[in-house]
Amino acid sequence: MATGTSHPKRWLAHPFMSATIAASWLLLQQSFAVPQLITAAVLALVLPRVLAGFLGPQVKVSSWATVVRFTGIVLWDIVVSNITVAKIVLNPAREPRPAWVPVSLDIRHPNGIALLATIITTTPGTVSCVIDEDRHEILVHALDCTDPAALAQDIKNRYERPLREIFE
Amino acid sequence: MDTLHPLVDALISLMLVIGALFTLVGGIGLARFGDFFMRLHAPTKATTLGVGGVLIAAMIYSWASGRFGVPELLITLFLFITAPVSANLMAKAALHLKVQSKAGRPAVFDDGAETPGKQG
Repeated sequence: MATGTSHPKRWLAHPFMSATIAASWLLLQQSFAVPQLITAAVLALVLPRVLAGFLGPQVKVSSWATVVRFTGIVLWDIVVSNITVAKIVLNPAREPRPAWVPVSLDIRHPNGIALLATIITTTPGTVSCVIDEDRHEILVHALDCTDPAALAQDIKNRYERPLREIFE
Repeated sequence: MDTLHPLVDALISLMLVIGALFTLVGGIGLARFGDFFMRLHAPTKATTLGVGGVLIAAMIYSWASGRFGVPELLITLFLFITAPVSANLMAKAALHLKVQSKAGRPAVFDDGAETPGKQG
């Protein structure tokens, strides 16, 4: 990827990322002493610049209300599907019916696609196996699924649509 | 060390038990499931509610004993970033090596010997 040459290297081109890095460092150190503050500032400035070639353009979040609502939905889904999968695991009479589910994507923002794949994997019962950027498709392995088309539609409605609202 | 309120104690214990239960279920799943791709599901489960339960317990304990219990959140963040990437890489490697799957071989991914019209 040669995006490093097309994007001019600037300091603080990714303010949100810089803030996250600085906050993570201070939390890890559990201290706001001056040396730690200086280290945090240096990391926050240098890391995004070094990684600029991999990052692409800055992410602009268009709706923070959607971010909050979506976070709630995802957390709730994680709990619910954990219980669903636990039932399958603990019931010896129940053989799971695995299936491959191709999910075609309408979302085009690379960070949005990455986040969608992460959410699919983090929700128990589905793992995103192949992210095909040319075909605009994520190939999902579902642990127990009898209707792949319905599951794909579910993923699109529940996760992809809010992500598009956030990123696009 | 000062003692905690019994209710806080109970809450912490409850979260620990929930976390431990889901981690155990993840382990049983790992042993029980029939193929590689199904076993991939076990760690994603253990890292969400399993670790989540233990972390919430740790945070409540920190707060109850008067410390700033936010660093635990970082563990969640790091897991959320790293676990799906490793699962994705393992799945890709397994597909590349044509590891047997009970779900068959995905029609869209069948490189070379494509079966047209099998899946939309």
